[in-house]
Amino acid sequence: MSDLAWIGATITAARPQAVGALLRYFRDLDTAEEAFQEASLRALKSWPRNGPPRDAAAWLILVGRNAGVDAVRRVSKLTALPEEETISDLDDVEAPLAERLDGSHYRDDVLRLMFICCHPDLPATQQVALALRIVSGLTVKQIAKAFLVGEAAMEQRITRAKARIGAGSIAFGAPDAVERTERLGAVAAMIYLIFNEGYSVSAAVEGDRAALCDEAIRLARLLLGLFTAEPEIMGLTALLVIQHSRSAARFDADGQVILLDDQDRSKWDRALIGEGLALIDKAMRHRRPGPYQIQAAIAALHARAATPAETDWAEIDALYAALERLQPSPVVTLNRAVAVSKVAGPEAALAMIEPLGERLEAYFHFHGARGAFLLQLGRKDEAREAFSQAISLANTAAEAAHIRQHLDRLMEG
Amino acid sequence: MLYAIFCYNDERVIGSWSKEEDAACMVRLRNVQDGLTKAGKLGPVARLLPTTAATTLRKSAGESIVLDGPFAETKEQLLGFYVVDCADLDEVLAIARDLAVANPGTGSYEIRPMAIFDPGVPMPALDLDGPGMPGLNR
Repeated sequence: MSDLAWIGATITAARPQAVGALLRYFRDLDTAEEAFQEASLRALKSWPRNGPPRDAAAWLILVGRNAGVDAVRRVSKLTALPEEETISDLDDVEAPLAERLDGSHYRDDVLRLMFICCHPDLPATQQVALALRIVSGLTVKQIAKAFLVGEAAMEQRITRAKARIGAGSIAFGAPDAVERTERLGAVAAMIYLIFNEGYSVSAAVEGDRAALCDEAIRLARLLLGLFTAEPEIMGLTALLVIQHSRSAARFDADGQVILLDDQDRSKWDRALIGEGLALIDKAMRHRRPGPYQIQAAIAALHARAATPAETDWAEIDALYAALERLQPSPVVTLNRAVAVSKVAGPEAALAMIEPLGERLEAYFHFHGARGAFLLQLGRKDEAREAFSQAISLANTAAEAAHIRQHLDRLMEG
Repeated sequence: MLYAIFCYNDERVIGSWSKEEDAACMVRLRNVQDGLTKAGKLGPVARLLPTTAATTLRKSAGESIVLDGPFAETKEQLLGFYVVDCADLDEVLAIARDLAVANPGTGSYEIRPMAIFDPGVPMPALDLDGPGMPGLNR
């Protein structure tokens, strides 16, 4: 690895902490980001010459702080508007660095930085784009590629999202316990969204979007490293690493989806599965179950099965039942029906999902699962109809192609 | 004499390497290890999962306490270790230097002579030829 690649990784790793701290000083996202940018440029010049600093994040915060102060002073002179608030903040900023880098700020700085991306006014995709830009530091070009949109369109989307969250609404004080829990919940949901953006994708663009799964896992580990005793964050991280452990087995050479039952389990990543199982074990000890932990436990049961036949469907059914109680949703019931079909047969599964028809009318997986149950029951015409409906609702070409295989088989039969 | 070489580095930086960078590093480390194996000097080698997967049992007066996370919160974390059989400290230091060259960036190697070493029962190897630790990376 070259010096530059190593410095790049170091800056990336320090980014959430450094931008989070700079945001706390300047109380303005653009100023904080520009200051960090400037500090990174200086690092690229200084580190190869002087060797790496012992604490890269502290170095970037200190240099970024000074750069940001200079920038704000220049702007203030140009506009000739003495913004009292900014100036008194700047005086404050001159306080000794040691106090400022106090570890107790650090966790909340990173959490705040992640949390501002979860503004409830922002649609999910904008939250994800914003987090990838601000927290992860991906370039607009990288994000645009992952979302399959043009660079200019993504630039505009991020600018708009930033304008919308406006600094005014951000609370800069240290959050109390309740606030912190709320923030953690919102941030966990946002990290899950990033993962799903990367996960629900066909192999054709896998390279670009699978990077989102890696990024989500990195953020989940970062969050868990800061809040080490939160069972739901353990559950979230476990869920992501176990889902991701199957990434090499999920698509065939032509980019077609390979279902869990048909995957080559030797391609599953044992290190990620090991990490997920360890995290679930840790989480369970807290006896505070939550949706992420239950979903992780379900994923773990699949991961533990050496062959599809060894899958403990009865336990998966029980876990989905628990998830239904905690977080009632037709999608959860639909997933549970798949487990029920294995335990009690397709008729019971079909009976379970029929009442969901109205709410899941436009949901690809509903029609796909319904078609599969009907097919198992030998009700071919109805199955064909359900599969056709699924194809019309497919989100990706791979999803459509997968259902088409069922249809082709039906035609042959 | 037997020594343990403990490898410390900032796991957040390692976790920010690209898959290619991680894989290339593993190949370079593997080269160093192969040389040591041929020379009959290398014992067990381990790369550890992130400290977020760690649990600590702390003894206390009553029942011992189970804590989430690593034993100590430090800027550089214990990420792996080697067991080597060397004549003296200079020889171990030379190995640690080779490992340091193979490994980019910062980091530290703690060299500890061993008092007792029982290789125990043979354990199944984990992912020895795998591409480093996929998913740890961006």
